[in-house]
Amino acid sequence: MSENKKPIVIAVTGLNAIDSPGPGVAVIRALRDGIKDPIRIIGLAYESLEPGIYMDGICDKTYQISYPAAGAEVLYQSIKFIHDKENIDVIIPNFDAELYNFITIAPRLRSLGIHSFLPSFEMFDARDKLNLYAFGKKNDLLVPKDKAIYNVYELNQIGEDFGYPLVVKGKFYEAVVAYTLEQAQKAFYKISGKWGLPIIVQQFINGTEVNIAALGDGEGNAVSIIPMKKMYITDKGKAWAGITLEDDALLDLAKKFVAATKWRGGFEIEIMKTANDELYIMEINPRFPAWIYLSAGAGQNQPAALVKIALGEKVEPFTTYDVGKLFIRYSWDHIVDVSNFQQFSAFGSL
Amino acid sequence: MIKKNIATNEFGFVFNPATGDSFSSNPVAAEIIQLMKDNHSLNEIKKILLDKYEVDKMTIEKDVDEFVGLLKENNLLNK
Repeated sequence: MSENKKPIVIAVTGLNAIDSPGPGVAVIRALRDGIKDPIRIIGLAYESLEPGIYMDGICDKTYQISYPAAGAEVLYQSIKFIHDKENIDVIIPNFDAELYNFITIAPRLRSLGIHSFLPSFEMFDARDKLNLYAFGKKNDLLVPKDKAIYNVYELNQIGEDFGYPLVVKGKFYEAVVAYTLEQAQKAFYKISGKWGLPIIVQQFINGTEVNIAALGDGEGNAVSIIPMKKMYITDKGKAWAGITLEDDALLDLAKKFVAATKWRGGFEIEIMKTANDELYIMEINPRFPAWIYLSAGAGQNQPAALVKIALGEKVEPFTTYDVGKLFIRYSWDHIVDVSNFQQFSAFGSL
Repeated sequence: MIKKNIATNEFGFVFNPATGDSFSSNPVAAEIIQLMKDNHSLNEIKKILLDKYEVDKMTIEKDVDEFVGLLKENNLLNK
């Protein structure tokens, strides 16, 4: 008689596999590829039209949760409610905006038996857009000059200081390259209207966009580092195709960041490589990127490694990966019966 | 000389793993790259091509030098 082993239950957010995608679906694909034991995936969605809710072979069950603005206590109660039904072993949040709440409730989730592998508030704040320049200066890493502003009139002075073009960025998402004061003002109103204040204005760096997906073990070591060059970029600045690179300077940069912060969990470094091979850090995202499935394709399955570490297993750092491995994203019209949509919209689970 | 990690295949596909750039080359260009990877000097390469193909020395000199210029321009040579 075969033994029915209890599956590892993993809850994942970020199921919005849209043109500016959340990483959830890619994380789940990597988990399904990389974990030998049976797993059960619990999707956590904010909206009823997130494609990952309905895609075949992605989530075993999905629950709706409240937006981060509802606060950490509401999130804790939601997860506890879901945990009572599903017995979650590991949770992997995938949005910048929800991480603060998840880090807040992580110890209470641990008491319930739910593991996570998240950075501390100190690590989280060090790479915040508002602190990144100071962090770079302290750790001898190149970061473009920036300034957080709360008033559109401050753009006049910054334009003189930084020169044009410059980059106007939201606190969490979106960035616009502005070539004139008028374009910068327009971007200020558009992005602040969507994401609030402050707006971060950053010096423009010309070069090739390279990203790194990595996993830190929380003790200053990088378990995995995969550098990728964007080969096709959408109008929202997202990589629609990319290729893994072999470049020791990029690996060293990621190791330096992990050593400086003792980063725990997945992260992404967005880099601009100049014609003189200078590596400017444009942004550090405190979670896996949407292209994380490439890490599995290249031989370093970071989401699967994260789950193992979160569950207390010792994972040795990866030493090799396939260079020249491409990902090419595609869109797909998935047909869904209205009853499924109705079930999720009305009852908050599917 | 050409960077050690540059990947090529018999169809003339050239890939620079440090930058992610890829190129298509004709068979003779692929042959030159392979000879460079095998540590032949430019003079040796020119001589090999001169012996192998029906072409005058001046044309070989010009074409190989031009091609090396292209490799340099595309960041495929050691600095």
